[in-house]
Amino acid sequence: MTRQIKAEIGVGLLVLITLVSMVFIALKVSNFSALQDRPSYQLEALFSNVGGLTVRAPVKVSGVTIGRVAKISIDPISYRAKVAMDIYNDYNDLPMDSSASILTSGLLGSQYVGVEIGGDEEVLADGARFNYTQSALVLESLIGRLMVSLTEGGDK
Amino acid sequence: MLAWILQTTTRLIAGLGSATLGALQGLGKRALFVWAVIPALPYSVWRIRLLMKQIYFAGVLSLPIILTAGLFVGMVLGLQGHHILTTYNSEEAVGTMTALSLIRELGPVVAALLFAGRAGSALTAEVGLMKSTEQLSALEMMAVDPMKFVIAPRILASIIALPMLAMIFIATGIFGGYVVAVGWLGVDDGAFWAQMSEQVDWYDDVINGLVKAVVFAILIAIIALYEGYESVPTSEGVSHATTRSVVHASLVVLGVDFILTSLMFT
Repeated sequence: MTRQIKAEIGVGLLVLITLVSMVFIALKVSNFSALQDRPSYQLEALFSNVGGLTVRAPVKVSGVTIGRVAKISIDPISYRAKVAMDIYNDYNDLPMDSSASILTSGLLGSQYVGVEIGGDEEVLADGARFNYTQSALVLESLIGRLMVSLTEGGDK
Repeated sequence: MLAWILQTTTRLIAGLGSATLGALQGLGKRALFVWAVIPALPYSVWRIRLLMKQIYFAGVLSLPIILTAGLFVGMVLGLQGHHILTTYNSEEAVGTMTALSLIRELGPVVAALLFAGRAGSALTAEVGLMKSTEQLSALEMMAVDPMKFVIAPRILASIIALPMLAMIFIATGIFGGYVVAVGWLGVDDGAFWAQMSEQVDWYDDVINGLVKAVVFAILIAIIALYEGYESVPTSEGVSHATTRSVVHASLVVLGVDFILTSLMFT
């Protein structure tokens, strides 16, 4: 075997191992597969506070991811936070009166949009807006309210 | 007395000036070297055989050390991560921790350090010996540009080889962490992978790690080849050049890593 052939076999092997590593990192380690654009349609929701919600955060129904947050902006009319979500086409039958709320996975985990399914016959079409929303829980205001109710209780 | 003070201060200032000028001169020589290599680079792309041989030397022969180091670094990360995370009852996060630290920092950096020691030193010694045995001058005498035939293929081979080695390092490291955390310490298999793929971002983490590896490869190759090319053509000169090549390359990799990290992960 000549040296040139040996070098070529070696380089071929190196490229092969690299490709296997890349596929492993893409599919098993990172969110590469989740980033692939699945056919989806867009829904909107207005929140008075999105808390720590970020773009690409999951949208879930009963814990199952049905889409991703596409864009977070301020609605120019109401000055509330407008969250645009890409919902996969497999789930194009969300009832009209479904509600969206910003929830936290675990006590200190990342935030996601949880959708509570309603009972309406009509479904949310592309570009539609959730009518019922619940904002992110802000720990400070929660503690503040608790303090108020505790001191009021103490006065009685 | 006054004259002595004056003389000493003058000497100190002169020393400072000479050191600054020396540093600037060194920087300028490196810049000129890079300037001379750049036009030779596209030429070496078509010299597949030369390139293949260099990738074999720089990449394939570095594989055993990359595989071994990656496996052990990953295993240690799994062990230490598990040790700390159990105090917070969240040992499932060990996968995320191992993967993120390998992809963002340890993969590119440790692979680059090993590469500087394993391949960079060899490049310096080879080119330095070529110079001291006047092979480079002989090439020039035959109107063959050593930049095109000696320097450029080696730089290109490093730029191709190191990112591949870094990826292999990361993959073996995560496998090592998996073996320790799941196989040995009993972390849940599903949670290990699920949390990892939830937290590791393809663009923000993996691609940035790859960019780091490419930058390190360019720096290591340029430093190693410059030291060889400009070495004093004696056996002592080549040995000094080889040492300098490894030391400079390692320090530059660590320093530039800090800059890149502060730019990439804000």
